[in-house]
Amino acid sequence: MLRPLSLVVPLALGVILAGCTSEPVMQDGIRVNDPFESGNRRIHAFNKGFDQRVVAPVARRVSAGGNEAGEPGAMDLVINAGANLSLPGKVVNSLLQGRPEPAIRNFFRFAVNTTLGMGGLLDPAGTDFGLPEVDTDFGETLAVWGVPEGAYLELPVLGPSTQRDAAGKVVDLLIDPVYHLLHRDAAWAAFGLRAASKAGDRARFGDTVDSVLQDSADSYAQLRLIYLMHRRHELNQGGTEIDPYADAAADDVIDPYDP
Amino acid sequence: MPTPPQMTSSTLTTRNRRGVLALFAGASAASLMPLRGWALDADQARSLIDTALGEVYQVINSGRPPAQMYREFETIFVRYADVPVIARSALGPAARQADPRALAAYTQAFQGYIGRKYGKRFREFIGSKIEVTGARPLKSFFAVTSVAYLNGRAPMEVEWHVSNKSGQDRFFNIIIEGVNMLASERAEIAAMLTARRGDLAALTGDLQAAG
Repeated sequence: MLRPLSLVVPLALGVILAGCTSEPVMQDGIRVNDPFESGNRRIHAFNKGFDQRVVAPVARRVSAGGNEAGEPGAMDLVINAGANLSLPGKVVNSLLQGRPEPAIRNFFRFAVNTTLGMGGLLDPAGTDFGLPEVDTDFGETLAVWGVPEGAYLELPVLGPSTQRDAAGKVVDLLIDPVYHLLHRDAAWAAFGLRAASKAGDRARFGDTVDSVLQDSADSYAQLRLIYLMHRRHELNQGGTEIDPYADAAADDVIDPYDP
Repeated sequence: MPTPPQMTSSTLTTRNRRGVLALFAGASAASLMPLRGWALDADQARSLIDTALGEVYQVINSGRPPAQMYREFETIFVRYADVPVIARSALGPAARQADPRALAAYTQAFQGYIGRKYGKRFREFIGSKIEVTGARPLKSFFAVTSVAYLNGRAPMEVEWHVSNKSGQDRFFNIIIEGVNMLASERAEIAAMLTARRGDLAALTGDLQAAG
């Protein structure tokens, strides 16, 4: 029987990895490699409209529904359940990265929340056992293996990414144990639940997303900057340390030959 | 020639040992001195952020009308941050050609814009706390580390960069989970300036309404 993803995956990988590599430039204090900028900007315009017209209204309605006084609302249950299903894939990735400790933590988190947490709807592992989720993905695994970041990409609906992270997303679908253990309908259901979980996150961080997407003078550049800085921080690939005093000192050097 | 007083080997070693100890003590004091200097500054940097955060939370928990809160955030920003350097750095190379009066007007508009833009997020911080966890020297300044505990979110790393190059201890950058405020404002101000074809006065006007 054909798995839902078995056709899409090689196709998507080919598209992602095709394309040139260009020289990264320093922009606003960080390294930016964006040879596909014009195409990315078109996708960004689509994503922005999609977010404004579809995602944000749904997210607002969902987050308005209940959630008083710390009681987990329906949205929290969906977010929990979807995030729980992502744990086996994270365990696989931690092992591929040669990091047994986060693998063990996420394994026990999955075990506790799937049983005591009623199939992952609740999060006793995080609240009572001190086992918060250790986030990882195949994009990080590729980084650990020494694969370079590649060009910046904005993906339709999914948003900002890089060639390495986009390839990681595709491989994550392939290596996820959840899809191999479930039959086809259940795999689709799990996929839907995880998508809903992501939408729930969007609702939770609604104000933050709105302020970046709708209030920035150039939301494409702003989102690209934020994504790259955050992702590199997550992967321990160097922070951005701007020293404005050093810049100012350089500014004060008067070069009469420089107009 | 008088013979030197006889000394037993034991007194000699005792003396030597004392000398060595004194030398060590001196050397270690000397080597500790810059360290203590750093530590003192790190403590100052840390307490600057502690104090600033205390004032911010006072405003957040005051329940005043938002517009009034934004002005108070601006006041706190001016008191604890090196606003001229942040504004100048955000403006980038254009700051070099700007005449001082236009730059001052821009800086004034910039601080109001920051007070509103970041102040608008105050609701996310109601019922939250930020714990300052440490401070360390970094390049020519200090990095003060803290952890923000916001409702329903995983704890976030927040780093503050503090310098005394303005003559006073002031912070000039905030990095939240790797996302750098100065870099982000550079991109934003650059985009706003481009939209105005490099006209600083027009940018200043836009900033007065933005945020």
